[in-house]
Amino acid sequence: MSLDTDPIGPPDRMPDPAPGRLSRAWQSDIAWSFRHSPVAIVAALVFLTLVIAALAAPLIAPHTPFDPATLNLMDGFTPPMGEGLGSGSLYWLGTDDQGRDVFSTILYGMRLSLLIGLAAVGFAAVLGVSLGLVAGYAGGWVDALIMRIADIQLTFPSILVALLIFGVARGLLPPESREQMAVWVLILSIGLSEWVQFARTVRSSAMVEANKDYVQAARLVGRRPMAILFRHLLPNVMGPVLVIGTIYLALAIITEATLSFLGVGAPPTSPSLGTLINIGQDYLFSGEWWILLFPSLTLLALALSVNLLGDWLRDVLNPKLR
Amino acid sequence: MFAYVVRRALQGVLVLFVVAFIAFTMFRFVGDPLDGLLGQEATQLDRIELRERLGLNDAVPVQFARFVGNALQGEFGNSYRNGVPVAGMIADRLPATLELAMVSALFATLLGIALGVYTAIHRDGWLANAIMSASLIGVSLPTFLIGVLLIWVFAVELGWLPSFGRGATSDLLGWDSSLVTVSGLKSLVLPAITLGLYQMTLVMRLVRAEMLEVLRTDYIRFARARGLSERAVNFGHALKNTLVPVITIIGLQVGQITAFAIVTETVFQWPGVGLLFINAIQFVDIPVMATYLLLVGTLFVSINLIVDVLYAVIDPRLRAERPAGRA
Amino acid sequence: MVGNATEADDDVLLRVHDLVVEIPTRHGTLRPVDRVGFTVRRGEILGVVGESGAGKSITGAAIIGLLDRPAHISGGSVTLAGTRIDGLSERELQRVRGARIGTVFQDPSTSLDPLKTIGDQLAETALAHLPITRREARERALQALVDVGIPAAAERLDAWPHQFSGGMRQRVVIALALIAEPELIIADEPTTALDVSVQAQVLTLLRRLCTDRGVGVMLVTHDMGVVAETTDRVAVLYAGRVAEIGPTRQVLTDAAHPYTRGLMGSTPDTSPDRDIGDRLVQIPGAMPGLTAVPAGCAFHPRCPSAMSICAMREPPVTVLGDTAVRCWLHEDL
Repeated sequence: MSLDTDPIGPPDRMPDPAPGRLSRAWQSDIAWSFRHSPVAIVAALVFLTLVIAALAAPLIAPHTPFDPATLNLMDGFTPPMGEGLGSGSLYWLGTDDQGRDVFSTILYGMRLSLLIGLAAVGFAAVLGVSLGLVAGYAGGWVDALIMRIADIQLTFPSILVALLIFGVARGLLPPESREQMAVWVLILSIGLSEWVQFARTVRSSAMVEANKDYVQAARLVGRRPMAILFRHLLPNVMGPVLVIGTIYLALAIITEATLSFLGVGAPPTSPSLGTLINIGQDYLFSGEWWILLFPSLTLLALALSVNLLGDWLRDVLNPKLR
Repeated sequence: MFAYVVRRALQGVLVLFVVAFIAFTMFRFVGDPLDGLLGQEATQLDRIELRERLGLNDAVPVQFARFVGNALQGEFGNSYRNGVPVAGMIADRLPATLELAMVSALFATLLGIALGVYTAIHRDGWLANAIMSASLIGVSLPTFLIGVLLIWVFAVELGWLPSFGRGATSDLLGWDSSLVTVSGLKSLVLPAITLGLYQMTLVMRLVRAEMLEVLRTDYIRFARARGLSERAVNFGHALKNTLVPVITIIGLQVGQITAFAIVTETVFQWPGVGLLFINAIQFVDIPVMATYLLLVGTLFVSINLIVDVLYAVIDPRLRAERPAGRA
Repeated sequence: MVGNATEADDDVLLRVHDLVVEIPTRHGTLRPVDRVGFTVRRGEILGVVGESGAGKSITGAAIIGLLDRPAHISGGSVTLAGTRIDGLSERELQRVRGARIGTVFQDPSTSLDPLKTIGDQLAETALAHLPITRREARERALQALVDVGIPAAAERLDAWPHQFSGGMRQRVVIALALIAEPELIIADEPTTALDVSVQAQVLTLLRRLCTDRGVGVMLVTHDMGVVAETTDRVAVLYAGRVAEIGPTRQVLTDAAHPYTRGLMGSTPDTSPDRDIGDRLVQIPGAMPGLTAVPAGCAFHPRCPSAMSICAMREPPVTVLGDTAVRCWLHEDL
C-alpha cells in the first residue's frame, strides 16, 4: 500500500524518448544534479587537475628524473622544500635515493598510471561491449559459451586474473623483452580482467532490442542488423556503461598500482605511482618519509576522485538507489 | 533442495574442470617443462629420452587426464626455481595464509555487519554520516597502500607493532600457529586490518543498503503498526531479512580475501602462499603458479557451493518443494 | 468536521478533528489531508471512501503515527477514547499501536515477515502488549487462528507465510491485528488485493469479529460495493477533505454532495429493478493532484451544480439530520 508521499511523481523525466531527445533530457538532468552536488564538483575538479598535470608532465616537470645524465647523486635524500647538496636546486617535494625529484617522478608516474588505467578500461569496454552485443544478438550456443566464460572468470577476483594473465604473458615472452613490453602486458591483463561487467550489461539490452521489429526489418532488407542494433543500442547502454566505466577506471588504476607495487608491473626505470610507493616503503625506517607519502597521496586523490565521480554518476542515472 | 544442491555442485565441477585445463595448459605449454629438470650438460638425446619418459609426446587429452590424476593425489610437479616439489612448498606455507585470512574475514564480517546495521538504523546521525564518508576512502585505498601507511604509523613512528613477518609460532592442534604467542598476535594485527579493511567497507555498505531496503518493506511497517519495539523490529525482523542476501556476498569475501592476501603478504613479508605466488610470477615459475591457480579455484568453488547450500537452509522459501498455498 | 452532534460522547471511540497533514517538498508544501474530521463509535464500522490520492490512507497512517518522513501532522487532533494520541512520543505510540489500535494493510503477500513462522509473529505481538508468558502467548496465537477461521490451526501455527494463499494470509493479518485486543481497527483496503470470491469472506469475518468484540472499525476503501455491504456510516473524501459523512444507507441512496452523487451514479446498478437504459454517469475530469488544488470548493471545476461562490470560498460544514456535508448547495446563503 502506498501513502502518496510524492503524488506528483518523478520530476522532469520524459517517457520513452527517441535517442535525440533522450540525450537532451539526460543532459539537463545530469547537469542540474552535477551543479547541485558539491562532492561531484570537487571530485571532478581534482580529477581534471590531476589529468591535466599528468598530460602536461613533460612541460611542467621541473626536472627530468629519468634521464641519468641530469641526476646528481649528491642531491639524494633531500627533504621537501630543501636544496640539493650537490646541485643546489630547490626540490619542492624532496628527492629519492638517486637524487630524482619526487615532484617530477610523481607527474610522470601519474601519467603512466593514467595511461595504463584508461587504456585498460577502454580495452575492457570495447571487448566487453562487443562480446555482449554478439552474445545478446546471436543467442544460442554462442551466448551460452560467452556467458559461461564470463561466469567462470567472475568466480575469481580481478586482481588474481590480472596477475595470472600477466604471469602467463611474461612466461611466453623472451626474458629480454619483458621489461619493454611491461606496459602492454599490463594493459592486456588488466583489461582482460574487467570485460565481464560490460558484456553482461550490454547483453541484456541487446537481447531486448534484438527481438524488436526494426532489427528483423533490417535483416529482411539486407542491411546488417548488427550495425543497426549497435546504433540503437548505444544510447540505451551509454548510461550503465559509463557508470561501470568509472568504477572500473578506479579499479584499473588501483590494480595497476598494486601490480607495480608488487614488482610485477611498471619497472623502476619507468615507474608508475605504484612502483614509486614500493620504492618509498624501503626508506620508511630510515626516515625519508616523503619518498612514500607524496606518491601515496597522489594515488589516493586519483582513486578517490574517480570513485566519487562514479558514485555520483550511479546515483544520478539510477534514482531508485537513493 | 537436494536437486538444487546437486545442480550447483555440478556447475562447480564444470568450473573446476575449466580451471584445471587452464592450469594444465600453463604447465605444459608455457615455458619448457624440461628446463627445470635437466642440467647444463644435457644432450639432445637426453632431452628426447626425458620427453618420452615424462609422457610429453602423448596425446593432449591423455596428458590432461594424467595431470588431473596426479593433482588429485597431491602430485604437482617440481618448482622451476628450486626443484622442490610444489605440493610441499604450498603445504608449508598454507597455515600462515589461512590464519591471516580467517582473522581478517572475521574482523571484516563482524565489524562490517555491526557498522552497516548502525549506519542504517541511525541514518541521519552525524556519526553514521562520518562513517559513510570514511568508508568511501576505504574503498578507494588500495590494499597495499593501507598496509604501507599502517606500517608507517604504527611500526615506524609509534613503534607499537612489528612491520614484517609472522612473529614466533607455536604448536596449536598440530599446526604452526601464531595465534598462541604474543609476538604472533602482535604480528597479526596490522596485516589482518590491512587485508580486512577493504572487505569490511564493502560489507558495511552492502549491509546498510540491504537494511535500508528492508526497513522500507510492508512487513516492517506492519510490525511497527503492531506496536513492536524498535529493537524487535530492527533485530527481530529486519536483521534476518537483511543478512540473507548478504550471506552470499560474505561467503564470496573469502575469495576476495585470498586474492588480496597476495598483496598483504608481500607488504608485510608474511610467509604464506600469496608471497609464494608473487615470487613465482617474478621468476616465471610455472608449476607454482599453476598449482596455486588450481588450489584457489578449488577453494572458491567449494566456498560458492557452501554458500549456496547455506542460503537454501536459511531461506525457507527455497526449501519448499511442496506446491505453494494449501489454504 | 464533526460527525453527529447528538451522539453520546463515551460511545465515541475515535475522534479525528480538523486533522491536517503536510509534506514539505521541493515544489512547496503539500496537504494530502486538509482539515479532515470524523468519529468512529464502538462496534460500528465507518467507511472512509475516495479515489486514489484522496488522502484516505495517509489519514490512517497519521492516526497511528506512521507517516513516512517528511510528512507530518501539522494541525488538528486525534483522540482515542478520550485521550489525545497525536503528538505522543514514539514510545507511547508503540503502546497504542497493536494494543489499542490494530491495523490491517492492503497486500497480505507483503505484510508478513517471510522469515518468521506465523505462530512466532502472533506470539511476539501478544507478548509485546499483554502481561503473559510465552506459553500463554502461543495459546493465544492458536486461538487467534481459530477465531479467524484458519482450518487445522494447530498445524499451521508453525507454518511459514508463503505457505498460505492470499485469503488465508489476510486472515492471519487480521488475527495479528486483533491478538492484542485493541479497541479500534484501521483496515486500509483490506480486500483490494484479494480475489472477488475471497473478498466477501474476509469482510464478513471482519464484521463478525467486530460485532462480537465491540471493536470499532475504520475501513478505508475505494470500492463503493464494499462500503454498501459492510459499513454502518461512511465518510467521503475528496482532495484531502471530507465532502460528506453520514449513515451509509442514507449517503448511498440520497447523497447530499454532488461528488457522492457522481460516485453513486457511476457504480453499475445490479438490482433487479434497474433501468437497463440508464447510462453510467461519469464525472468529467479527474481529481486534482496535490499541487493543483482549486480555490474554494475543491470539486467545483467538475461539479454539475457549481455556483459562482464555489470557486471563491470553501463551503462550511452543514448538518442535515444524521449527515454532514460540505457544500454550498445546502448552505443557506
